[in-house]
Amino acid sequence: MKIIVAIKQVPVRDSQLRVDANGRWIQEADLSFEINEPDAYALEEALQLKEKHGGEVVALCAGPARAAQTIREALAKGADRAIHIEEENLNTLDTLGVAKLLAGAVKSENPDLILTGLQSDDLGYGQTGVVLAELMGIVSSTIIMQVEVSHIDNSPASIRVKRELEDGWFQHIVMPLPAVLTIQSGINKLRYATLMGIKKAKSKEIKRVTLAELGSIAAPTATIEKIYVPHKSKQTQIFEGDPKTAAAKLVEKLKFEVRVI
Amino acid sequence: MSVLVVLEQTGGKWNRMSWETLVAGQQLAAQMGTELYAAVPGSGVSALASEAATKKCAKVYAVEHDLLKDYTADAYTAAVEGLVRAVSPTLVLFPHTYQVRDFAPKLATRFSQVLISDVIAVKVESGSPVFVRLLFQGKLNGDVRVSGGGPCFASLQAGAFRVDALESGSAPIDNFVPSLDAASIRQKPEAPFRESARAVDLTAAEIIVSVGRGIKEKENIPIVEELAKALGAELAASRPICDAGWLPMERQVGSSGQTVAPKVYMAIGISGAIQHLVGMKGAKTIVAINKDANAPIFEVADYGIVGDLFEVVPALVEEVKKAKG
Repeated sequence: MKIIVAIKQVPVRDSQLRVDANGRWIQEADLSFEINEPDAYALEEALQLKEKHGGEVVALCAGPARAAQTIREALAKGADRAIHIEEENLNTLDTLGVAKLLAGAVKSENPDLILTGLQSDDLGYGQTGVVLAELMGIVSSTIIMQVEVSHIDNSPASIRVKRELEDGWFQHIVMPLPAVLTIQSGINKLRYATLMGIKKAKSKEIKRVTLAELGSIAAPTATIEKIYVPHKSKQTQIFEGDPKTAAAKLVEKLKFEVRVI
Repeated sequence: MSVLVVLEQTGGKWNRMSWETLVAGQQLAAQMGTELYAAVPGSGVSALASEAATKKCAKVYAVEHDLLKDYTADAYTAAVEGLVRAVSPTLVLFPHTYQVRDFAPKLATRFSQVLISDVIAVKVESGSPVFVRLLFQGKLNGDVRVSGGGPCFASLQAGAFRVDALESGSAPIDNFVPSLDAASIRQKPEAPFRESARAVDLTAAEIIVSVGRGIKEKENIPIVEELAKALGAELAASRPICDAGWLPMERQVGSSGQTVAPKVYMAIGISGAIQHLVGMKGAKTIVAINKDANAPIFEVADYGIVGDLFEVVPALVEEVKKAKG
């Protein structure tokens, strides 16, 4: 079974973000980057499915040159090869534009399954996977917590997935392959790359594709006009001082004003 | 020019976010000087459409089809696509639910548009909407504008508009029968289920002490547990803690867990991603303890301590014990 995992590189979770000079994006110069967390779960799911059913896992990533580091890590964890759509200015595209690039890059791959995280930790539109499926004309399902594969004559034919609904509800859905699934964080337990894996990754293939090779992408319909630190809706009273002093002030509040102690 | 609001129901019951979205539609249609339409897709929705028709809007569409009985992305996309092509609205609004996340991006793609998802506010500037979205897990906001000719699609986060602002009215109901074909619906859904009966009902708790990523390791959970015990509080967590199996899923607060409104909610080492905030921002008093003064949790907190939870929480336990005598 051939599985493609679409991954994205985003600023590390604890980054202190600053708005850049033109007010439309963040200053990236001093930041560190890592794999988007839900995508890490998608990669792990792909690796586990391969271990169970055999086949190949291909990591797919659209991003600037620095994304090569995240791609290497995916290879070190066990992806067999990778496709890197290398482009410095992906920020000028919208989700539809990025999904078109991804669709263009996987067209000749004919995968059985495409997995990706349910949303990105940076833009958070939560739709690249669904849009990709629609562009490719294949079925999709989102916020997936479990994947079972059924075979006919030894080839993967359909899947039964567990989809998360709101308020603690779930639902199983059966659908044919090929399909795109967006994976929820927590579906599995993430592995670390082994030393052997890191070594092997060095000789694995990363196919670089440029925007030009994927044909022209229409101008985005959705554009970020400006980004800014959110306006606070509430006045927070911050208790200053060393931990003991701050704690004492808070407890006093809880006892005499909020009256829960 | 018109605004179309797609309301959400499951098995004849409204999703509570539907009315907030209708409020958004009422306000935006007024500001843009256009008509407002509401749509109720499903099977056997006439009673719900009648209820929607008691709200202020120009028309309610009952989008009725047997194949819409159980939600599937394929059927709902096709049905709403048909309606959008027939009505030609300038703006289509959805509640930002799990269901909408499943099909609305697909729908928008059919119009060469992007769904502006997870919107927390909408401004109208020179006649066209500007959408405010959270970026970087709520650390920054972004103003998004949509250009191009096609209809603009947006989904609104819970709490973005207040349901008590919903205006009443009396609207005619139109039946819209979408053209759907069973063979083209690829998803076969089974009955929804819950993992197990919830042993923990966080909604009944008066005080909740909730823990997030800041706790770093499973071995550190007892530090926070101690505080919950001292306060007589229920222990809860943000999603990553339950994902990691450090606390059971039934203690999760947020859009995929429980929605709580206790007297006091104490968020410890929780940055405050929107998925968590929607589950707890109804709390009467919110206390945040976090090492990052810029964490989004401080946007909703009444009281806060900026500091290392490993120092602050034990100090709190001492002080609580002292205060209780």
